Amino acid sequence: MMQQKLHVTLLTGRTIEQGVGKEYGKSSHQYYDACSMVYMDAGDMQKLGVKHGSNVLVTTPNGSVVLKAVKHPRGSMSGMIYIPYGPWANSIVSNTTNSIGMPSFKGTPATVEAAPDQPILSMKELLKKEFGR
Amino acid sequence: MTELLIKNGFVFDPLSEINGEKMDIAIRDGKIVESVSDQKAKKIDATGLTVMPGAVDIHTHIAGGEVNTGRMIRPEDHVKDVVRKTAITRSGTGYSIPSTFVTGYRYSKMGYTTVMNPSMAPLGAKHTHEELNDIPLLDKATFPLLGDWWFVLENLQKGDLAGCAQHIAWMMETTKGYAIKIVNPGGLESWGFGRNVHSIDDVVPNFDITPREIVCGLAKVNKMLNLPHTIHLHTNNLGIPGNYLTTLETMKALESVPNDGKPICHITHVQFSSFAGENWGNMKSAADEISRYINNHNHMTFDMGQIIFTDTTTMTADGPFEFTLYQLSGHKWVNSDVETETSGGIIPMHYKRKSAVNATQWSIGLEIALLVKDPWKIFMTTDHPNAGPFFAYPKIIAWLTSKKARMATLAKCHKKAQKKSLLPSIDRELSLYELAIMTRAGQAKALGLTGKGHLGVGADADVAIYNINPETLDIAKKYKTARKAFDNAAYTIKDGKVVVKDGEVVQNVDGRTIWLDVKTREQLKVDEEMKRKFKEYWTVEYENYPVFDHYVKVPEAITVKADV
Amino acid sequence: MSVINAVTCPICGCLCDDIEVTVVNNEVVKVKNGCAVCEAKYMGYKSEHRIRQPLIRKDGKFVPVPMKEAIHKAAEILANANYPILYGWSSTNCEAQRVGVELAEEVGGVLDNTAVVCHGPSLMGTQEVGIPTSTLGQIRHRADLIIYWGCDPWSAHPRHLERYTSFTKGRFEDSEWKSYLNKVKAAAGRKKVLSATRVAPKQQRATVAEEVVFNKPPETLQKEGRKLIVIDVRKSMTAEVADYFIKVEPNKDYELMQAIRALVKEQELDVDQVAGVPVEYIKEVVDALVNCNFGIIFFGMGLTQSAGKFRNIEVAISLTRDLNLRTKFLIMPMRGHFNVSGANIVFAWQSGYAFGVDFSLGYPRYNPGETTSMDILLRGESDAALVIASDPGATFPKRAIQNLVKHPLIVIDPHMNPTAMLGDVVFPSAFVGIEVEGTAYRMDNVPLPLKKVVEPPEGILSDEVLLKNILEEVRSIKAQKAKKAEVV
Repeated sequence: MMQQKLHVTLLTGRTIEQGVGKEYGKSSHQYYDACSMVYMDAGDMQKLGVKHGSNVLVTTPNGSVVLKAVKHPRGSMSGMIYIPYGPWANSIVSNTTNSIGMPSFKGTPATVEAAPDQPILSMKELLKKEFGR
Repeated sequence: MTELLIKNGFVFDPLSEINGEKMDIAIRDGKIVESVSDQKAKKIDATGLTVMPGAVDIHTHIAGGEVNTGRMIRPEDHVKDVVRKTAITRSGTGYSIPSTFVTGYRYSKMGYTTVMNPSMAPLGAKHTHEELNDIPLLDKATFPLLGDWWFVLENLQKGDLAGCAQHIAWMMETTKGYAIKIVNPGGLESWGFGRNVHSIDDVVPNFDITPREIVCGLAKVNKMLNLPHTIHLHTNNLGIPGNYLTTLETMKALESVPNDGKPICHITHVQFSSFAGENWGNMKSAADEISRYINNHNHMTFDMGQIIFTDTTTMTADGPFEFTLYQLSGHKWVNSDVETETSGGIIPMHYKRKSAVNATQWSIGLEIALLVKDPWKIFMTTDHPNAGPFFAYPKIIAWLTSKKARMATLAKCHKKAQKKSLLPSIDRELSLYELAIMTRAGQAKALGLTGKGHLGVGADADVAIYNINPETLDIAKKYKTARKAFDNAAYTIKDGKVVVKDGEVVQNVDGRTIWLDVKTREQLKVDEEMKRKFKEYWTVEYENYPVFDHYVKVPEAITVKADV
Repeated sequence: MSVINAVTCPICGCLCDDIEVTVVNNEVVKVKNGCAVCEAKYMGYKSEHRIRQPLIRKDGKFVPVPMKEAIHKAAEILANANYPILYGWSSTNCEAQRVGVELAEEVGGVLDNTAVVCHGPSLMGTQEVGIPTSTLGQIRHRADLIIYWGCDPWSAHPRHLERYTSFTKGRFEDSEWKSYLNKVKAAAGRKKVLSATRVAPKQQRATVAEEVVFNKPPETLQKEGRKLIVIDVRKSMTAEVADYFIKVEPNKDYELMQAIRALVKEQELDVDQVAGVPVEYIKEVVDALVNCNFGIIFFGMGLTQSAGKFRNIEVAISLTRDLNLRTKFLIMPMRGHFNVSGANIVFAWQSGYAFGVDFSLGYPRYNPGETTSMDILLRGESDAALVIASDPGATFPKRAIQNLVKHPLIVIDPHMNPTAMLGDVVFPSAFVGIEVEGTAYRMDNVPLPLKKVVEPPEGILSDEVLLKNILEEVRSIKAQKAKKAEVV
């Protein structure tokens, strides 16, 4: 059965591509490619009717961001999505620090929906949109 | 040329055999000199004041990985003791593990000018030196931990003393260290797999060597290398009831090492190694047995490791001992083993008067210090911060110089400890002269620091002046007044510069870091061997291991010519 | 051409110091021994994304200015601020960090490093229960059970296994590299057989099978020699090479660890599964834990950033404490930035505290949640900021950045990163470990020297020198102010 919207647990974290990209420079295309994407479970993608490489809209109480959906290459991660650390992830991650300095970068609720017609913002566009600079 | 004249003080300079004589001390360009021009020199009127060489601490954990981890895990230790920034001094925190700047200020305020950091993992030596650079107002040196280093175990196991000596020389230079530190010999390697050694004849797993062989071997190696200090030993079974037998056996074992009538080993914080009894319930003092042995032998020196009743932090390379404390206390516990070299651990500790064990420990330290007749053999320390913070030294001075002071403290202790204490039977009250031996002259002599601990011509111009008039103040009776005077030196002079006045830092200067450049015959060969074997032993590269010259801000290298 | 040996890689907490760098005409042309990220850094340092000169934002646009003007402007911002934040410090050397503490003290600011968003919770965990740990060589020589929990070294610390754990030979333990290769070969063989006999479409079958069945621990978990267990919410790259992968449900690491603690203490659990893991399998894992000679848990953001945060670390360390009553067991955080450990260490030796140090009262104060930069930013309390050797613009949640850019923002970085793009005064700096030497601390707190292999571009200063200049200028501005006040 196809679904409009999937409720998932949002994880953010490191990938080697993100690591390589940041060292080339955060304005580099390597960094853009590595960070403006989201790993999803193959089964979940099927449920949403989302193809490998197409755009999805990820939403949390803190905002929304359009990302490229990429099939998670190893094992199942149904019910979870994984966005590499970066400005795209940070435009939606939780602000809650539980008063210890650390925001909840992992394990907060989010929704995913197909967004084939919405563009993924470049770094510049994203900064302009979020911070006006 | 800067000249300084300290006029008319009561001078206590035991190495020059000066005992309270009224005299002037002349200083030129950082050294003690015969005389200076009475017109040109800046003058300090020391009339009615006590003048001593700057104090020396032979054993105080003030810098390096272990100390700093202690700082990091104990915010509750700092929050009660904060230090504001001033126009001259940096801000920081205490308490039991003060930040680096505060460490320098607090030592200097008490008239200390030279301190020894006795425990440095060679792999972390750069860290220790970086911190030492940030401790102002003091000359410093640091001892690499070598008793369980694989190269030492391997060479001694083969019976190759000369080979062992060559490697130690390499390490001394590589880490910019000053003396051979041995902690729970054999126990630290055993601790790599969670085990320990329990007597000086236990065999170390995987290495087929005993603590006896390590200690005696390194004592011989120390002599072959002509190092200024002796080996510096933290004994096996430290902190365990009944351990005085191990301590006696260790001292007896060392009798077999040729000594020319000079000390060949320093047993540090001897209080922790002088427990009688079989368990914590019947643990009691072995001060009588230990001090009797010390009085009858001349091949060893000691420091007290005096307990202070306060909340402090224990930290030692003796990983298995800290594990014991963890099992006893359940307190937060740090263990920090270091590849191929050593181990380490940290446990916070609150010594309480109302604990029979703690109060007995407190008594043991003072008992030994007072029962040992010769003050050149035992020195005042708290093994900072293990038995208490160093800035409690004036309290210990009061206990050593005043029976009234120690009886007042004993009266507040646990009844069981009071009953067992030998202190009521000891009437000895140290004189200022004896105190000067135990706090500077004896320590400098044991360390082989020829420019320290005295005010003879040519000595470093490190001077402490205290607001004590020996003609009018009976320190045994007015011990509180004396304690205040030792808390806040009237003047501390470092390299001829007044750095403290009336207990306040008035000038910030860097001290030196003293290290040994030990010259051996086969330096190159050893270096080649180390280069070849390095990757097998460590996870860092040979090229990146040494403490390079730039890691020492103000170096003072002492060149030592070895016999090998 | 010159080849420089034993170069320390300035990227992650592994601080691999065996890199070989070839330099031609003051340019790195080749890197040997490093991982993919290492190569990217040594090749990318000279890229077009570098900041070339000091910039000041005027009317919303960056304008290049002389160094002196930028330093004065930055000093003015800091000297006039009431509650500035001085954040970052993790990708620079200890020499710069030392000046940083002095600067923060001088301006009465809040000094914080990136630990706040990585292993700050770990430091807090150690403040609760301590930490039994060691240097990495101990693991290499002795560990026969290696656990990666909530971390993926294959991606974030690519050479960790090869240099320090499973795939390195130590004095008492062998490398498992060969047996891993054999395993890979065997798996490939099995796959071939399976695909030849398979009827249903590949993908569907795989997905279904994995969802229903939780893999049983292999018998090799109880063998002699090195074993590797990975515990994570998803199958990471590292999980692929593990003897056993435990897939824990998100935010339930704490539960799983408490269950393991109970079993280590030989208590019974009256449930069938914990955090999605069958208890019978947990029991087999516990057997492996208590029967090993030397175990180690490495942990990462999977624990510090998910529900529980520092409580996860506290319980992970408590588990390690418990295990020491049975065998030798240690634990270590997988520190991220190459010198975040150094930042913690330098801050601590000078102030007593490892991160979140508030100098606004004239002495150092630390209270996570109150004096941590993240909370200050989320509450909007600061009125200026200096960001150095880090990129909160790419690592902080949106609201924190929105508040950061409300007030003057000084940025010091070699690259035009998102934070620099948002800055008001932006300084280019030389790459530490490539163009500047110094000291950094590995994840196990081992200090290592960083090398300078090429000269920085002309006119580009090191972090340390820049900070010293700013500090001096702050002092002179404050002195002038004091003078004026006296006259009035």
